[in-house]
Amino acid sequence: MEKLVITPTPHIHDNITIEKIMLLVLIALAPATIMGVVMFGLRALLVILVTVGSSVGFEWLYQKFTKQEITIKDYSAAVTGLLLAFNLPPTVPLWLPVVGSFVAIVVAKQLFGGLGQNFINPALAGRAFLMAAYMPHMAGGFVEPLTGFFDFDVIAMATPLAPDGTWDFLSLLIGNHGGTIGETSAILLILGGLFLVYKRIITWHIPATFIATVAVLTFFLEPGWTLETPAFHVLAGGLMLGAFFMATDYSSSPVSPLGKIIMGIGCGFITVLIRLYGGYPEGVSYAILLMNCCVPLIDKFTKPKIFGAKPKEKKAKA
Amino acid sequence: MHPPHYKDTENAETVDILPKEGEEFVYPMLQHIGAPCDPLVEVGEKVLVGQKIGDTSAFLATPIHSTVSGVVERIEQTLMPNGLKANAVYVYSDGKMTESPELNKPHDYENMARDEIIEVIKQAGIVGLGGAGFPTHVKLKPPPGKNIDTIIVNAAECEPFLTTDHRVLLEETDKIFLGLTVVLSLFPGAKGIIGVETNKMDGIKKLEEFCEKPEYKGKISVARLHPKYPQGAEKQLIHAITGRQVPSGGLPADIGCVVNNVDTIISVHRAIFRGRPLMRKIVTVTGGAVKKPGNYKIRLGMTYKDMMEAIGGFKTEPAKMISGGPMMGAAMYTLEVPVTKLSSAFLALTAAEAVIPKEKNCIRCARCVDGCPIRLIPFELNQFSLHGERTKFRENHGMDCIECGSCSFSCPSKRHLVQSIRAQRREVLKERSS
Repeated sequence: MEKLVITPTPHIHDNITIEKIMLLVLIALAPATIMGVVMFGLRALLVILVTVGSSVGFEWLYQKFTKQEITIKDYSAAVTGLLLAFNLPPTVPLWLPVVGSFVAIVVAKQLFGGLGQNFINPALAGRAFLMAAYMPHMAGGFVEPLTGFFDFDVIAMATPLAPDGTWDFLSLLIGNHGGTIGETSAILLILGGLFLVYKRIITWHIPATFIATVAVLTFFLEPGWTLETPAFHVLAGGLMLGAFFMATDYSSSPVSPLGKIIMGIGCGFITVLIRLYGGYPEGVSYAILLMNCCVPLIDKFTKPKIFGAKPKEKKAKA
Repeated sequence: MHPPHYKDTENAETVDILPKEGEEFVYPMLQHIGAPCDPLVEVGEKVLVGQKIGDTSAFLATPIHSTVSGVVERIEQTLMPNGLKANAVYVYSDGKMTESPELNKPHDYENMARDEIIEVIKQAGIVGLGGAGFPTHVKLKPPPGKNIDTIIVNAAECEPFLTTDHRVLLEETDKIFLGLTVVLSLFPGAKGIIGVETNKMDGIKKLEEFCEKPEYKGKISVARLHPKYPQGAEKQLIHAITGRQVPSGGLPADIGCVVNNVDTIISVHRAIFRGRPLMRKIVTVTGGAVKKPGNYKIRLGMTYKDMMEAIGGFKTEPAKMISGGPMMGAAMYTLEVPVTKLSSAFLALTAAEAVIPKEKNCIRCARCVDGCPIRLIPFELNQFSLHGERTKFRENHGMDCIECGSCSFSCPSKRHLVQSIRAQRREVLKERSS
């Protein structure tokens, strides 16, 4: 008994790890990834590979350069890379995702202290930068799906949310319409999101309130008061991707259930404002980024009441 | 929070381990929360089973009894399983187990005054046997003005590995009901509720059969609790059963409740109906390194070393030894410590079971927030603790932490949350007392 381990409590731990969480997110994104490649072909696959590869690469480089522990094996950089790729049109030049990865991983994540310290969603930070700096590539690269897997001569096609966009509900569900690589198949994103809820990686609060807010607001704000309007707004664009996979980013979302509900409602509200009255056809990512900045404030005002606090207050009033 | 149960010993009937000649029994004079006892015996003196060997006039204290017959060898400091030190009486057992003539005098509690009954309980050395060791007679005397309407018996046993409460539910059911009847007689109008988690269904069924008996019907009931950690913590148990919340910084009596561990109730039975003080503790001995895992009735004062010898020892060299459960028990570095009233389990883990996980960045996943029974934000308190921000620590209710370890258990980054919070709490307490 010479080599006894002595530690404070607890002596057992749950078998959940960061790696497992990130891996489950990757699994949840896999169906939509495959669908993106099926729809937009080899070109989309290349964009995905370059984005994920450069994200992981930048994480490795930064940590090597700053003499930190290398944490690429926790898959968090891969998740960020994949989410960034999901937000890119299929025909972007391949240097573009590399620039986006740099902004996402180095600027938004590592400069703020790495995993868990970023105040905004890194993938969305990368996308916002690309939108601002390379607008023509980001806004104009949308193409018609299923035009041949190896065919790089693609036909341009507007997204359903664009003023000249065309759509029908089945294509919105399946994903055979113009859009970014990962956002088009609402049904696969919902399935992936529900998988994460089932696995207790995320909770229902943000996605449910985000989507519900968009549905309710578009129903009342758009003329006609038809159910078609909210259904379209919920299924089109990046709402499912944003609600299930982006707004739920741990480090840039509130911790308490009430805080998460406020986050979801806020995201939905801003999304609708941008979509209906703003200059962009799509507002999900800016809505999330704006709400990310409100998280410290939300957290501050939604601290859970501690056990045993309530009766005391009542007594003081009586 | 729902840690795995690991209750492999739940079907292991309690085995009585008798002291042998030549074994050294160690009786720390502090086996409860409160003031330490003074030794009543001298070196060289003969003592008998059940003889009082330590007492004090302090209110918050209970006497200590010898559990063997033999000779007092020495009186000196000993280490206890919880890592603290206390003055102790060492008795060399003669193996005869000659009982004190004071023993085995039952009390007719129905014809005794309230204070007399409580005095018998005090003199029997009874403390809370759930691990905290709060003197039971003090609990039974709540401050005046508190109207107690619910007596809760704690048999939740939410801590993984532990199965002693489960065993007594099955093996000593009648004593639980008789003991609880005595306690209920102290609080006219109060009802008894036995709280059990539903991973002990055989125990619940047996209790519910007893509840149907005419003498208990309408007075004692069973609360089926969905297994959850830390439900056995006093305030959490009260909330689960009655829906009432003990105010922050308050006592169960503030909301009309008194909670006693199930084995404490059995000790009350033993003191009243059999006239015997608290002399044994049932200990779950388990873990990958133990040869014969099970539940053992151990005489207080027996060293863990003698206990392990008596029950077959180790299968492999243990890499980690824990007194208590895996969530709140203390790691031990020696077996030369006695079983005390506070002991509940002894775990001997193998190297594979005793891995220390590496701490990583907090990812703000809020699992610790969801798991905290007090609804604190452990990852924030962790930061305040590490940065020594004591004011913020207190403002965010760090002092309400019950140190159950749920946060550290559920953390995917394996951060030492409760560890840092505990350390900061000690600092604040130190500051307060100075």
